[in-house]
Amino acid sequence: MGEDRRVASRKAITRRTLLCGAAGAGLAGAAVAGIGSPAARGFGVPAVLAAAPVKVGLLVSYSKVYGQLGEDITAGMTLYLDGVGWTAGGRRITWIREDEEIDPQVGVRKARKLIEADGVDLLTGIVATPTAYAIRDMVHNSKTILVVSNAGGNLLTRARRSPYIFRVSFTSWQVSAPFGKWFYDNVARTAVLTAANYGFGTESLAAFKETFVPAGGRVTGEVLPPLNNTDYAPYIAQIQKLGPEATYNFYSGSDAVRFLQAAQQYGLTKASRTTGAGFMVEQDVLPAEGAAALGIYSPLHWALTLQNPENLAFTRAYKARFKRDASVFAMQGYDAARVIVEGLNRAGGNTADKDRLVEAMTAVRFASPRGPFEFDPNTHNVIQSVYVRQVRQVGRDIANVAFVNLGRIADPGK
Amino acid sequence: MTFYLLQALNGCAYGMLLFLLAAGLSLIFGLMEIVNLAHGGFYLLGAYLGLSIVRWTGSFWLALAIAPLITGGAGFLLEWPFLRPLYRRTHLDQILLTFGFAFVLTDLTRWLWGAGVQSLPAPRGLDQSVVILGTLFPAYRLFVIGAGAALALGLWLGLVRSRLGAVVRAGVANREMTQALGIDVAAVFTGVFVFGTALAGLAGVAAAPILGVFPGVDFEILIVTLIVVVVGGLGTFSGAFWGGLLIGEAETFGKVLVPQAALVVIYIVMAAVLLARPAGLFGGRAR
Repeated sequence: MGEDRRVASRKAITRRTLLCGAAGAGLAGAAVAGIGSPAARGFGVPAVLAAAPVKVGLLVSYSKVYGQLGEDITAGMTLYLDGVGWTAGGRRITWIREDEEIDPQVGVRKARKLIEADGVDLLTGIVATPTAYAIRDMVHNSKTILVVSNAGGNLLTRARRSPYIFRVSFTSWQVSAPFGKWFYDNVARTAVLTAANYGFGTESLAAFKETFVPAGGRVTGEVLPPLNNTDYAPYIAQIQKLGPEATYNFYSGSDAVRFLQAAQQYGLTKASRTTGAGFMVEQDVLPAEGAAALGIYSPLHWALTLQNPENLAFTRAYKARFKRDASVFAMQGYDAARVIVEGLNRAGGNTADKDRLVEAMTAVRFASPRGPFEFDPNTHNVIQSVYVRQVRQVGRDIANVAFVNLGRIADPGK
Repeated sequence: MTFYLLQALNGCAYGMLLFLLAAGLSLIFGLMEIVNLAHGGFYLLGAYLGLSIVRWTGSFWLALAIAPLITGGAGFLLEWPFLRPLYRRTHLDQILLTFGFAFVLTDLTRWLWGAGVQSLPAPRGLDQSVVILGTLFPAYRLFVIGAGAALALGLWLGLVRSRLGAVVRAGVANREMTQALGIDVAAVFTGVFVFGTALAGLAGVAAAPILGVFPGVDFEILIVTLIVVVVGGLGTFSGAFWGGLLIGEAETFGKVLVPQAALVVIYIVMAAVLLARPAGLFGGRAR
């Protein structure tokens, strides 16, 4: 099925070049496409929609440690695109998927393939920040619109931002900075900070300190294990030696599971109050952490149990379709698809005029499962609410319950 | 002082897991001169099988007993139809085959068990912490140290005292001569390969409560295991044991004493050992 679509879209390129401006669902284009495209007829698509499809390149990790993130983003996008019948701005949407493999060099190669060989109209995905930084210049120089649905490094909204790059996920600052003050007021006056020692981890700790220290908080120590660390026991012992009242941590994926299990086994989660950026206890790792995660406070821009009509509809539909609970990554995929579709609708399906499409996408705003969604017009990064959540027993499940809204947060990038 | 004693205990528990992994790899290499790069894959397979058995039966001990048997069966499926015809070919061909199977196992486990991070809780009774030297220490890690030491002793006795062990040692020392004595070396090869992969499966279940189970852990663990085997001496059983402990302690104390350079400490240890004894700690004695 995917093959049919690809074949159809390859034919469509020449047609589009020939018919030039007719791509936006002109009658002539529709007629020609209707004759030459068995795939379109096979799908039972109305003739008007048979104009050249919009090609979206989806570049996420399907392998290694972050494989689940890529699958969740893809599932979220699928759910939204199914809902709009894979059409936007009067054109069909097709996608070409590639594995980013959490390797910036592979990411660059795959992005080049999608942009130059496949000729995609839009690019989306990107799980890892190093990949995002590595493909930034290529995307910017080729004026390819990129909708980032995970990678959260601050620079993509600051020194390395591009008008062609939109981000529907978060920056590390957005998640951790609002929490520092709340931590001081509600958790403890002193803290030990720990994080996986790489860009996003240290950025998260720096953001936390930005509001924690001015409020009067004191950092009594920092412990930075390497990324993808195996045994956390030695680090837990170091943290315990510092005798913290409370800790703020950044870990994700397998690191989060290993850290929390060791922290519980060595009694750290009992002796001090544990908090961390929301990814540490998000749905992709929470079932594996189990009881070790109970009681942990974490800031994030979404929670599975967030009470609003959009989230109830989204989480129910997701579970019915994929037989598992949604995650923040699935939500980001869902919203990335929505931004693409609504942007295309506003631009009348015209992907050739990049600046017009950028303008149309910047103006997209809607009620997202995370709360109101809008782009910062200066940085094209999402402005969103950040919630304080706590891991609690909800019925038979363990889940994050959002109980404080820290307000609408925009990254300070200008 | 207590801080460092506790860290030594931590290193010991980690070292025992490394020993379990290295023993299988080293035994296979010693006898067959094949570096089984699919060893990490068998580890992961064992861990996932353990996970499923615990989910079905609720018993960790059943998982610890059955998962290695199935993993050994999978080892048989690699050795008998695929590896056996390659014994007359070069080592490179054999290594490429096991490398290919490493990827097959990665994809197979991912297809069957998904891409998510999963974990296996420690069995009831061992899922709590005990007070040692005034600090909490997880009971499961104490169990790993005890069980690892007991298993090492049992394996060593089996290798040194039993007739089967004598055959294996003879095969390691001189393959042709052993064959000339009328021993079916091919059958011994199969047996040792199955046993080695079963040990990897056992390590997978035993390590799951500490290291978790997820795609990618197979190659992560393969690299450390290769280091242990090289440090201890290729193909020697004692090397796997002492090499595992040395690397376990080195990594733990590296993280404590020089956290900035924690990743390179085990490589420095490896380089130092190889400079002093190019064949590894116990290499050359048994060969």
